[in-house]
Amino acid sequence: MDQITALAQIKGIRDGLLATFVEAPWDEQRQALLAQIDEKPAFFQGARLALDIGSQILKVNDLVDLRDLLSERNVSLWAVISESVVTEQTAQLLGLATRISKPRPEERKQAPEVNEETALFVNKTLRSGTRIEFPGNVVVVGDVNPGAEIIADGNVIVWGRVRGMIHAGCKGNRSATICALDLSATQLRIADEVSAVLRPQKDPKPEIASINKEGRLQAELWQTG
Amino acid sequence: MTAQVITVTSGKGGVGKTTAVANLANALAMDGKRVVCIDGDIGLRNLDVVMGLENRIVYDLVDVIEGRCKLKQAMIRDKRYPELYLIPAAQTRDKNAVSPSDMVRICNDLRADSDFVIIDSPAGIERGFRNSIAAADRVLVVTNPEVSAVRDADRVVGILEAEEKGSPALILNRLNPALVRNNDMLSAEDVLDLLGIQLIGIVPEDETVIIGSNRGAPVAADGKSRAGQAFRNIAKRLQGQDVPFMDLEPQSGLWSAIQKITGRK
Repeated sequence: MDQITALAQIKGIRDGLLATFVEAPWDEQRQALLAQIDEKPAFFQGARLALDIGSQILKVNDLVDLRDLLSERNVSLWAVISESVVTEQTAQLLGLATRISKPRPEERKQAPEVNEETALFVNKTLRSGTRIEFPGNVVVVGDVNPGAEIIADGNVIVWGRVRGMIHAGCKGNRSATICALDLSATQLRIADEVSAVLRPQKDPKPEIASINKEGRLQAELWQTG
Repeated sequence: MTAQVITVTSGKGGVGKTTAVANLANALAMDGKRVVCIDGDIGLRNLDVVMGLENRIVYDLVDVIEGRCKLKQAMIRDKRYPELYLIPAAQTRDKNAVSPSDMVRICNDLRADSDFVIIDSPAGIERGFRNSIAAADRVLVVTNPEVSAVRDADRVVGILEAEEKGSPALILNRLNPALVRNNDMLSAEDVLDLLGIQLIGIVPEDETVIIGSNRGAPVAADGKSRAGQAFRNIAKRLQGQDVPFMDLEPQSGLWSAIQKITGRK
């Protein structure tokens, strides 16, 4: 009993409660968390709970199950902090926060293999409310709808329509570029430059946005050859 | 035979979820179906007013969940259609009075004795929304041809896909063909292009809808109302019938374009 509950630690933070876990399979971690809550149901009534699940990769069903189990105990899950991009995206899709105001105890370890040649490949349309952050390049095959955001250290390439917000070179790389088949974004950013409003075009053509010689963010038609 | 549970949701408020639920329920009842509506908007109940059943409420959804009455006691029979029932929301409680598993349990209890269970979801993507979609076999997303409503609908579609509820179907409500013609309103094509989901009906802007809602007499029963016709068509499509889309604007190529888009999906 004690052994299983010891897998999860719950402590108070400014925004509610934060649960952290000892490395173990997700089933055991989840069991540990629920066991702790069931020990003191009165204390947890109406609590706001954030999870720090480390590098654990969770699927939608895992998070939905946990959220429903927690809500039956009148505990609301509001944030999931993870080192895994997959889990972060899952959490965002469910409308959960992926950051809390308290800085993480240790700086997030960047995966060592991420360099300027690494790209995250996203093979779907990003709907409103989706946010993708990646410390390299991002390639999307699909549209970026209004209300969706992509924030990348490197370049962003969208094989589709861009109508959301894209920030390339977010760590200050002014040579980063953004290309798309139709670049009618609400806003584009490269490094610390912010674009003027881009008008949706009647007959969209592929464009590439970069910072020009005058230091302004500019979109140009894609020239072949 | 077992009922199909349909949740009507939207993200943004005020786009016509409750009106759509009342009208679809009436239209299905007119076709002889046994229908139960559930108002999922605990704390802000409206569906009883739109259906004209406000003064008959004795027990509500929360009374059933908390065991103060039997399910049958909370089912209010409609004035016109004896096979149409409403389970109203509690007005004096909040969304936390209900959990997703409560909704699944209640819907499962209703399945045996009805053909359709229609749940009216509250606006937003929080607890009330999650309660409402928990039991759904099928989700209908209502939106208006407005940029803000479409963006919220897009968010809801994303959540439904993430929760593996399948791709929802779209009801485009309050379309004004004259404004679309002058490029002052998003067209059905624009909306479908962005959302990329199947279209199940377009309801034209029609003032009889508001009058009907205020009187507690949904326009689906009004043979002359254009919006009523649109809702009756959607009800037929929910029953698996292939009904052509209404011709709102015969002189343009809009409708063939929509059929092309929906046919492709």
